[in-house]
Amino acid sequence: MEGKVVTMNLVRSHVLICGGTGCTSSGSETLIAEFDAQLKKAGIEDEVSVVKTGCFGLCALGPIVIVYPEGAFYCRIKPADVEELVREHLLKGRIVNRLLYEEATGEREVKPLSEVQFYKKQLRIALRNCGVIDPERIDEYIAFDGYKALGKALTEMSPEQVIETIKKSGLRGRGGAGFPTALKWEFAAKQPKGVKYVCCNADEGDPGAFMDRSVLEGDPHAVIEAMAIAAYAIGSEQGYIYIRAEYPIAVKRLRIAIEQAKEYGLLGNDIFGTGFNFDLDLRLGAGAFVCGEETALMTSIEGHRGEPRPRPPFPAVKGLWAVPTILNNVETYANVPRIILNGAEWFADIGTEKSKGTKVFALGGKINNTGLVEVPMGTTLREIVEEIGGGIPNGKKFKAAQTGGPSGGCIPMELIDTPIDYDSLLSIGAMMGSGGLIVMDEDSCMVDIAKFFLEFTVDESCGKCAPCRIGTKRMYELLEKITSGKGEVSDIENLRTLAGSIKATALCGLGQTAPNPVLSTLRYFEDEYMAHVAEKRCPAGVCKDLLQYTIDKDKCKGCSICAKNCPVGAISGEVKKPYVIDPAVCIKCGVCEGKCPFKAIARK
Amino acid sequence: MKSLAELEAIRNKTLGNINMRQDREEGVRIVVGMATCGIAAGARPVLNALVDEVSKRGVKNVIVSQTGCIGMCRLEPIIEVYVPGKEKVTYVKMNPEKAVRVVSEHIVNQQPVLEYTVGEAEQ
Repeated sequence: MEGKVVTMNLVRSHVLICGGTGCTSSGSETLIAEFDAQLKKAGIEDEVSVVKTGCFGLCALGPIVIVYPEGAFYCRIKPADVEELVREHLLKGRIVNRLLYEEATGEREVKPLSEVQFYKKQLRIALRNCGVIDPERIDEYIAFDGYKALGKALTEMSPEQVIETIKKSGLRGRGGAGFPTALKWEFAAKQPKGVKYVCCNADEGDPGAFMDRSVLEGDPHAVIEAMAIAAYAIGSEQGYIYIRAEYPIAVKRLRIAIEQAKEYGLLGNDIFGTGFNFDLDLRLGAGAFVCGEETALMTSIEGHRGEPRPRPPFPAVKGLWAVPTILNNVETYANVPRIILNGAEWFADIGTEKSKGTKVFALGGKINNTGLVEVPMGTTLREIVEEIGGGIPNGKKFKAAQTGGPSGGCIPMELIDTPIDYDSLLSIGAMMGSGGLIVMDEDSCMVDIAKFFLEFTVDESCGKCAPCRIGTKRMYELLEKITSGKGEVSDIENLRTLAGSIKATALCGLGQTAPNPVLSTLRYFEDEYMAHVAEKRCPAGVCKDLLQYTIDKDKCKGCSICAKNCPVGAISGEVKKPYVIDPAVCIKCGVCEGKCPFKAIARK
Repeated sequence: MKSLAELEAIRNKTLGNINMRQDREEGVRIVVGMATCGIAAGARPVLNALVDEVSKRGVKNVIVSQTGCIGMCRLEPIIEVYVPGKEKVTYVKMNPEKAVRVVSEHIVNQQPVLEYTVGEAEQ
């Protein structure tokens, strides 16, 4: 090209590859390398840019690759597919149909993401940039209006106006309890001038929850920008992000983002020439669940063992190092820049009367589209499970969904049409929580689920107060007794009494909410508890000690496969005649059930 | 960062490059035939010229894309321009210079370049 300047403008196509934790573990890094190699081989490496983004949400079908400008949504891409994608799609412009996302109807076609069933009912505000920008390039964040909200707040608004806007928007804390964000900010702002801190809670500990991780991995600057806005509102110059060390990708991208923001002068001194100073540091947590509790988190930042302390005084008055501090969750912050830019009314128009905006959920458990979804408040559980989540695998029936992880409760089938917002969830004994949504089908035993969550809280109890340290352990022992077939009817009443005392007396949120999974499963599935204690039977066929494997005489063809596979020799019989299982020897491992070609083995 | 103008400059510089990643309303589509016949006849420089020109002029809501064999291999390189609500216009025997003219006259000024169209070439 004699002297002709080759500009960036030649890029005619973008290959977006998910670099979130989900897709990274299903191999997106090798995919990126393969794309680079194949593009080079085809000689079009200058025309096509490969971008590593954050999470697209459909983690179940990862690694995900989207090719623009066509917007072709490719799923489960393996390195071996890359050559074909480059040769067909990128070189010749022919969409590779067999790799496209397949709708439940079986159709595969290129259409705007907003029309794909999985995204149709979603509204992405907190996740707006996840899967769209390269989180390691601040320029891309700025291109989609990044740091404009900070600029607007600093140059056009007073701190009071910022708080007023957040207040009018109705934004409530996304970490679980749903406390109005603006109130926290207002309390801290009203404290006398002096050192104040702005903190971000990125210590996401609920089993199965990964909303905050995905926001930080996909759009770290959104949180940084929001924290700067919050600092301006309350008069702080220093912020801390408390993030768990188990999130290496998020930590790395945050570090890069903070570095870039400092380089651009968006963190540091005299931001936008307004005289406003703000700096930000990371603090890594060591994986203790209790450090997600606000007072324990601050104790941990101070360098002490992460244990909660009584409130009041609330952090807004006396927080980190005993000065006024605000602490908000990652997702809460991710909403802030949009609210400042689009106005409080825009945000308040979304959602229900008392719960504004959207909520991100990590969909997991027995659901087809495991992944990350963001829906307007008030969307029903049915819409999330059946439409966005694509229903339950293997044609099984929905039984219940657990929201709020170990602090929350379950929502049974009869309440599946409940609109999801803070207040309706509380009224049915569940809670919003940070956004883990675990779906259970007919094969899940609710007593076992309650035991699972309680085991988690027993493990994670910091031990500072007796109700939590001893009480949850006692509850766990009762559940252990019930699921092993030694339960009595009185145990159920004891569970209720213990739960009530723990709720009333535990020191922090972790302990106070620990009995919730038991209480809510008792509320909706008491019959299952009764079956365990009165009939010594586990209706879902999960609790091993209550199970009996039997061979159906009419279905058994006497093929002897079960007997050959039984690890303890509990099955005997003659070939071509029905076999039998000796319950005294059987260890209930379930191998025979999986091996039987005639489905003759029943588990009761 | 000392001013909003600085921020805006970075925004504008980057937006043109990454704007294609957003879901758009139906806009103009320019499609280049990129089967073996098209590539052999020189479709690639045409495609690059289109992409370059569209982004240089900063026209919004236009995508440049490729397709397979359009069927008239002897008239390659062929490009097709789809403007919503209007009939498709097919240009044949393109080269980078002609492509630049199509962008400026057809896309920017909404005047199809009749002399390059398939109808003219066939006469």
